[in-house]
This record gives sequence, structure tokens and C-alpha cells, in this order.
Amino acid sequence: MPDATGLELAAQRVREAVGDTAVIGTDHAHGRARLDVDPPRVHEVLRYLRDDDEESYGHLSSLHGCDYLPEEPRLGVHYELLSMERRDRLAVRARVTVEDAVLPSVTDLFPTANFQEREVYDFFGVVFEGHPDPRRILMPEDYVGHPQRRDFPMGGEPVLFTFNERKLPRWYD
Amino acid sequence: MEVVRSKRGGSKEDFRARQLSAQQMLRGDLDGQALEEYVEKRMLLTKLEDAQGWARKNAIWPLGFGLACCAIEMITVIGSPRNDLSRFGAEVIRFSPRQADLLILSGRVSIKMAPVIRRIYEQMLEPKWVIAMGACSSSAGMFNNYALVQGADKFLPVDVYVPGCPPRPEALMYGIMKLQDKITNEPELGWRERYQAEGTEEYRAEGSEDIA
Amino acid sequence: MTDPLKTPYREREKSISLDATSGESPISSMELEPETEMLTINLGPHHPATHGVLRLLCTLEGETVKNIQPIIGYVHTGIEKSCEDQEYWKAITFVERMDYLAYYFNAYAFCASVENLLDEEVPPRARYLRVIHMELNRVASHLFWLGTGALDIGAITMLWWALRERDELLDLFEMSSGQRLHTRYFQVGGVMEDLPPGWEAKCRRFLAEMPSRIDQYEALLDENEIWLRRTKNTGIVPVEQLLGLGVSGPLLRAAGNPWDLRKAMPYCSYEDFEFKIPVGTVGDNYDRYRVRMAEMRESVKIVEQALDGLPEGPYITGNRKVALPPRHELATSMEALIHHFKLVTEGFRVPPGEAYVPVESPRGELGCFVLADGSAKPARVHMRDPSFVNLQALKHMGEGTVIADFIACLAMLDPILGGIDR
Repeated sequence: MPDATGLELAAQRVREAVGDTAVIGTDHAHGRARLDVDPPRVHEVLRYLRDDDEESYGHLSSLHGCDYLPEEPRLGVHYELLSMERRDRLAVRARVTVEDAVLPSVTDLFPTANFQEREVYDFFGVVFEGHPDPRRILMPEDYVGHPQRRDFPMGGEPVLFTFNERKLPRWYD
Repeated sequence: MEVVRSKRGGSKEDFRARQLSAQQMLRGDLDGQALEEYVEKRMLLTKLEDAQGWARKNAIWPLGFGLACCAIEMITVIGSPRNDLSRFGAEVIRFSPRQADLLILSGRVSIKMAPVIRRIYEQMLEPKWVIAMGACSSSAGMFNNYALVQGADKFLPVDVYVPGCPPRPEALMYGIMKLQDKITNEPELGWRERYQAEGTEEYRAEGSEDIA
Repeated sequence: MTDPLKTPYREREKSISLDATSGESPISSMELEPETEMLTINLGPHHPATHGVLRLLCTLEGETVKNIQPIIGYVHTGIEKSCEDQEYWKAITFVERMDYLAYYFNAYAFCASVENLLDEEVPPRARYLRVIHMELNRVASHLFWLGTGALDIGAITMLWWALRERDELLDLFEMSSGQRLHTRYFQVGGVMEDLPPGWEAKCRRFLAEMPSRIDQYEALLDENEIWLRRTKNTGIVPVEQLLGLGVSGPLLRAAGNPWDLRKAMPYCSYEDFEFKIPVGTVGDNYDRYRVRMAEMRESVKIVEQALDGLPEGPYITGNRKVALPPRHELATSMEALIHHFKLVTEGFRVPPGEAYVPVESPRGELGCFVLADGSAKPARVHMRDPSFVNLQALKHMGEGTVIADFIACLAMLDPILGGIDR
């Protein structure tokens, strides 16, 4: 992981190459370096980090989504970049709102993102524009809702105990 | 029904006498009292259902079907030299549901998998039995969430539940032995009669040409 | 939206359209000769060769595989969502059930992420115990792969032989933690218990025996004509393509790239041990087999070194806010009782933050992402499972081969459906 100074330098290089507003912020905690980028420009930033940056990151090791429920914008997509040559990692995060959950797909840069973007779409409802096969991947095709958002109910069934037996629906079955 | 095997004692002369009587029997020379005695000695009388149950019990063919973690333990039961399932006559794993008569639900049943399992179950021929192996297929275990069917008995009649997460191989073998007991004592019935499940035939939507 | 429950389940099961006119159909984008006849067959979800409930839509021309579409999600369990409802120390039980052949690795990745967020130091003895168990687990996982993978190609003896040794390993796990699978031996801050008496001797007996057993497997397979024909020069994917697809682990190493996180970015005191990274040259299925066999030998060496150099000291951190106090203290110390009560009823709180900890699992890079919001429950747990990512390479491995070789490719890919679907 780059140290805090290295992260700022990387952020500065990205700003110079892609545009001043491309990097919204940086975060360095617990040895994890993270760039927060402007959602529509994720593709440009990742392309720059992969190809042109002097400390380039050639591989995408993971892409996942998460839901910061009380905060806005709620949804976040993390790109865990890896440089095998320098044995270094950098995280890139883009945050989108639930209403406008659209991000450019990076499958053309990293083919590994194919399944992982489908998974993020499936569980969080983030639409990746330009994805070759934008369908659900794990849930059934006709499933309604995006189950791993934090406001989606956990589901399942209430557990029957003696104290709540009569309160639960259809207890007489 | 109990089959007891005892060693035939006796001297060389007895053995010779038995050989001779068998020879006479085959020639058709035996008659009257001697024939009666001969048949009495060599016959085992039972009811047809009992004999059928006994045969079925010792020749269970499980379907080779694994879902999740429990499948690993199921393969250990079948494949590991330590727990030799052929001691109970159940080691012939069939991968086609048409040839199998025991479905071991080994693992968690997701809402996406449930229709598939139901179809596999309907493809199996009577008589057929189901073991829910492990906490997940018995009751969804600890995964009380949106993705799983909360217990396979919601859509399938289950005969034996094996607890554990995952159950030890010994537990699954005990479950199979329990099922054997059930098979011998159960009269010859299809699963709909056994579970009073008449009217559970598949509902076909109007206009749908899908055949069951 | 129509009510999904109103449609008959046969309709709902049609998760993919096979209509040749629609764009999703596997054959619609293919340029066909007028005479060629394409056959689309459905492997799975219930199929002996798919190692679980993987469903593959294979389009064949004669016996040649032209297109493969994996359809997954048949054991999707929602573990990541369930973890959000559990305290951190309870979630270990859940994450272990993801990749059910590499449970120690799942538990380690999760515990290490939480330790990272807590800035918790793990005692050296606990680190060594973790290494011992993870490497034994790697051997067990590879043994299961060997047994079932060889079974797919028709070598049924391998199943019995590999499971014989695997049972001994599971006995060791059972001895140290009480369960055969899903041991929940790793805790946040260390391990659950110290090794019981007699464990080390038993483990050393196993380690002394294991290399000769691997020789036996190789004697059975290395000169087996069927095995060689099925594996040699089949399923070759160029290493650049594998890297682009994010493939890691033995598949990548068999193609010649020596990327192993244990060496490249050592964690859990792997830097203390001497071991080699086996690397293939051609990248075919035979290399994948050789790499995994060599990895088992290296794992045995690592465990031997770890047992030799096992440091004395505590097996779990002394931080009572994170780790349960020892049982004997409960009867004498009021504070221990309070800590015990707080931990069991409420769990420990983790300061807000994010952590992504990658480890080298038997199938590649297993990364655990944990998002903490300051409460006693994680806000998000995500596993970057190697099987899930590696499965994308199956299309490239299998296309153009005959279908029997494709089964060998699938066996050598070693997908674990619990890890893919989570």
C-alpha cells in the first residue's frame, strides 16, 4: 500500500491527467489507501492508473459494492487495484445515489470485472453502462429488488419460540 | 423380518445324505413324507411385503446429488474407505434420477434451486425416499434470510432429518439406517399416500403447454 | 411487474432464454456454415462433473465445444447479508461456510480484516498455529480436488486414496477444535484453544507419511495413458489473458506466473518459512495437476517448519475487550466475568473503517472486505472468492476442445460452488 504521502501524490497525478474534479478525496487508514473518484469518470481514472501512471496498477483484483445506509450518497463501488510488479495495492471508490445508480463499466479495461459488475448490479442495483451482459447473476432472473441493500429486509421466517408462538402469523398451522 | 444364518454342523455322512436327498429331489424321485420334510427344511415363509421391504432396505440407490458443504461429508461417507456405505447396501450412486430411489439433500436449498430439486424428485421412480442432511436442508439452519428456502420440507416430503452442520459421516449413516427401518416397516405405498399428499399434483397454468 | 408467485414454477425456472432469435442466445452471434448443426446441451445444475450445482449451457458442434455459458447462483445463500445481522465474532461461523473446502482461509481472511480494523496484534504462537492449520487445510482441499477431479476423468481409485488421507487430516482438525468441517478455530485475536496433548505427535506422523502417499498418487497417475491424454495440452489459456481475467492461484502459476501472496505480500508470518512456489511451463491441465501436487509437498514442509519453530506464549491476544477470558478466570475474577458477559451478549465494537485483506487460498486470492460502522455488527462483509473470478476463465479454457476434455478443464479449474455463489 502507498503511504499517505504517496497516496496524495497519486491523487495529484490523477487530477493533472484526468481533470481537477476527477478525484474527490483520499483516505488512508489501517494501511489501506483509497481514492474517492467522481462516478462518471471512474473509467478514465482507472484507465489512467492502469496504463499511464508512473506507479501503474495493472490488475483489478476485486470489485465489490457496499451500502452506507445513513450516509448519502448511499451506494459505493470499490475497485481494488493491484500491481504485481511493485506488489502494491490501491483502492478506488465511487459513490452513487440510489436514484441515479449508474457507473461506466470497466469490463473493457479489466475483463475480470464482468461477473463482479453483474454481482454488484444484482445485489445493489448499480447499473454499469457498457457492460456486455447486464443481467442478474446469482439471484433468479425474475427476482424483484436488490437484496443486499441495507434497507432490503433480511427475509427468512420468524423463529418460533414458546413465548411468541401465538403472535406469529399462521401459528395454528 | 429377520434372517438368521447358522452353520450347518454334522459329520461327513450327514453331508453325504443331504447330497443324496438333493439329488433325488432334482430327479423327481422324492415324494410323500420325504418331500414334505425336504421342503420344510429349505423354505422360509414370509409375507411378500416383508420380503420386498427387506430387499429394498438393503439395496438403496442414492442419487449422486450434492448441494453444499454437506455434500463433502456425503462423499466422505460414500467414498472414504473408513465409512464404507456398501455395508448397508447403499453404495451404488446413480446420477440419473430415473435409476435412484434415495435423494440426499446435502446442503442449503436456495430459492433458485428449489424448483430444480422438485423436478429431480418428480423424475425419480416410486418407491422413493428423501433424507434432509444437515441443518440447512432441514430448517435452513442459521441462514434465516432472503435467499434460502426455510427447510426443504416446504416443497418436498422428507423422511429422515439428519442434524448437524455438517453432520458427521456416522450421523448420516445412522440416518440411512433409520430410513432402512422405515422402509421395512412401511407398507407398500407411494409418497402421496404415505404423506396424505393427494392434490399436490403440479398445477398447470391455463394455456400453458408445458407438460409435467 | 406481475406477481412472481402467480407464474408457474416451470416458467420461473427459465432463467435464460434459449430462443435463437434473441440476442442472449449462445448461437445467435455465431457465424455458421449452412450444413453445421449446433446442439445446445444443458450440463447441470445437477450433474456429476460440475462439482456441485453449476449449470453450464454448452453449445456443441459434433463433439467440439463451441460456446459455454456458466449460470450460477443455485446455492446462493446470502451469507454476506446474514453477516450484517451478526456480531463480529458470530460472523466467523458464517463466512466459514462460503468456500466449504477452505474454511480456515475464509475464517482467517475475515479475522485478519477485523484485526486490521481494531489494530489488534496477534501473538506469534497464534500466527504459527494459524499457519499450521491453513496449510493442513490446503492439503485437505487439494486432496479433495485430486479425488473428485480424477474421478471425473475416470480414475476412481484416486477418490478412495485421497479421501483416506483427508480423513486423517480431518481427525487432526477434530482433535484441535472439535469439528471436522467448519471448525471455527480462528478467533479475532488468535485461535480458540491451544493444541491438545498428542496433537503434535499425530500431526508429525501424518507429515512423515504424506510425501510417500503423494508418491503413490503420482505413481498411479503420471504414467496413466488416459490421464495424460486428457490433461496434456488441453485447456491452455495464455498467461496475459488469465491475468486480465483476474485468475489467481494454481491456475495462474501453472501458466508460468509465480504470483503467490504468501511470498509476494507475506501475511501471518509466512516470511519465516522456507518454501518454493511451484510453477508450470505450458499452462495446460497437466501443469495444473503438477502444480497442485507440488504445492501439497510444499505445504507439508511449511507445517513441519512451523511445528519445529512453534513459539511459546499465549495463543490468543490478552485484550479482554476482544477475546474471551480463559474459563478458569471466570470463577475467580469479577472483571473476567464482566468481560465474558459483555462479549457474549453484545460482542465488541469495531471503529468505523474499511479493510480488504487478501490471502492465498487453495484456489487463489481470497480477499475479505469488511466495512465497519462503529457498531458491534459489520455493515458489509464481502468475499472476493477465487472460484467466482476463476470461473470466467472456463469459457476460454473449454472452447474449441472436445467435450470430454472440457470436463477435464472443469475438474482442473476446481470450482467450489459455495464460494462462487456465497
